[in-house]
Amino acid sequence: MEDLFSTVDWSRGQFALTAIVHWLFVPLSIGLSLIVGIMESIWLKTGKERWKRMAKFWMLLFGINFACGVATGLILEFEFGTNWSNYSWFVGDIFGAPLAIEGIVAFFLESTFIAVMFFGWNRVSPRFHLAATWLTAIGVCLSAYWILVANAWMQYPVGMEFDPAQMRNVMVSFADVALSPVAVNKFFHTVLSGWVLGAVFVVGVSCWFLLKKSNVDFAKDSMKIASWVGLAGIVLTIWTGDGSAVQVARVQPMKLAAMEGLYDGCCGQGLVAFGIINPDKERTDDKPAILGEISIPKGLSVLANHDAGSFVPGINDIINGVAIGADGDTVNTVGYAERIARGKQAQQALREYDAARQAGDVAAMDAATEALKADFRYFGYGYLDSVDEAVPPVALTFYAFRVMVMGGGYLLLFFIVMLFLSYRKPKTLENKWVTFFGLLTIPVVWIVSEAGWVTAEMGRQPWTIEGLLPTRAAVSAISASSVQVTFWMFVVVFAGLMVAEVSIMTREIAKATRKDLMKD
Amino acid sequence: MNRNTFLGRAVSMYVDGFRGMTVGKRLWVIILVKLAILFLVFRLFFFPDLLQENYDNDADRADAVRRALTHGVGEKGIKTNN
Repeated sequence: MEDLFSTVDWSRGQFALTAIVHWLFVPLSIGLSLIVGIMESIWLKTGKERWKRMAKFWMLLFGINFACGVATGLILEFEFGTNWSNYSWFVGDIFGAPLAIEGIVAFFLESTFIAVMFFGWNRVSPRFHLAATWLTAIGVCLSAYWILVANAWMQYPVGMEFDPAQMRNVMVSFADVALSPVAVNKFFHTVLSGWVLGAVFVVGVSCWFLLKKSNVDFAKDSMKIASWVGLAGIVLTIWTGDGSAVQVARVQPMKLAAMEGLYDGCCGQGLVAFGIINPDKERTDDKPAILGEISIPKGLSVLANHDAGSFVPGINDIINGVAIGADGDTVNTVGYAERIARGKQAQQALREYDAARQAGDVAAMDAATEALKADFRYFGYGYLDSVDEAVPPVALTFYAFRVMVMGGGYLLLFFIVMLFLSYRKPKTLENKWVTFFGLLTIPVVWIVSEAGWVTAEMGRQPWTIEGLLPTRAAVSAISASSVQVTFWMFVVVFAGLMVAEVSIMTREIAKATRKDLMKD
Repeated sequence: MNRNTFLGRAVSMYVDGFRGMTVGKRLWVIILVKLAILFLVFRLFFFPDLLQENYDNDADRADAVRRALTHGVGEKGIKTNN
């Protein structure tokens, strides 16, 4: 095994496993907290008791999910210190500040108001309780924001300067980091996708009630609210996804090229609607990259630049230094061979800085610092032996992107149909095929949501920090076998957690089907 | 504690809330077992903060990372230990 998977691969695998498991819980908390808030608001406005009962039931499922998800994200921080110690040090306070804010927000806002949500029904006024419910929902989103700020910085590092004395990046503009356009877009895209996931969950569980012919009115009312949330969520997710594509075309063009399996770009570039990645394709040969390709004409140009005739660079173009400028125009930038050379120069300047520091030669330290500054943006390229190492895994990125986009299209249709049936043919909702599709969509939405993250994270390989630190430089000097041990321990613990959550959740849902939720 | 004060009411809300929990008790067991596994097993025995443990101060940690990032990057990563 040691020969097959290096420490880097096992550490990446472990991080991916942990992040994927963490992301099973987070979007459901985001989506359910919103739906509960809406139901409770309707109760306060209309005074109808059934909305309160509905809010209470979905709040119970929110609580189960929240409790099972607590601290799963902490494991990622453990992994930073052990598996990724060079990275942890190198990012400096850029990562520390958002994560610290997240910790404080999560602890104080969420834990305080969650207690009021669950324990305060008969203790505080209805208005105060509603405020607590919404503040919990906002707290969940704020927590997500700071984590996404940290993630966005890795994708698009801004607002910092590298200090060779401290050997870490120092934040020079908190606003640039916190309000990075990548972070803002990522936040909305991610949170809105959480609305969609929460909505599918509510529709799916409601379908279970209908299948069991239990709490029919309760289920149909829940489906109406959830379907509106889901429809709004998916439309806005698609809209922010479009914004994300424009951004990626500018700040991570290699990711976009990998998402499309595009090696040589052109003007009026089509978007692959269907195709299979050619496993024999090499970057520089003439073989087709995609087999059985069906494309939407000019689709990628529209997606990347909102201009059907615009040029979209492929992997080879990007390696040769062709990119899209801020205004969507085609520009020549530094080619990857030169980036590698300049990265090596930056690393040499760092060595010279170190030698000067040890010799106490301040002038030489200043000169080395200036040389390092000049090429620092290519620092990470110096670790690459060839330009091919800067290309992400095309097949995985390509397929993950398609799962996300096609799944998103399915979910849009799903909510439209559910809303149509809810208002025009409510009896049809009880049809077993409709309920079957509702239930089936629960795992589908999780797969789609995780596929979005796979696209974002695999598409930025080989970087932990775009252009500055590849994974092979970020990893600690630990043995692959030690990471393997903890990897499998995580598999066991996470599997146990999942069994616990699913069993408690299903038991509560099953219990609910045996009673009248509008009365009991 | 006087239940008429704000603090008293807040404390009693928590105390009565925990006492009256049904599903919540199982959830708390899960949370506590999870936290115990994370901090008493994983953190203590399997996930040391390498730089924190191996070096006494930030200057030494910076030196270690500088050495690591400027020398010997290979397939197995960078040597951070002396």
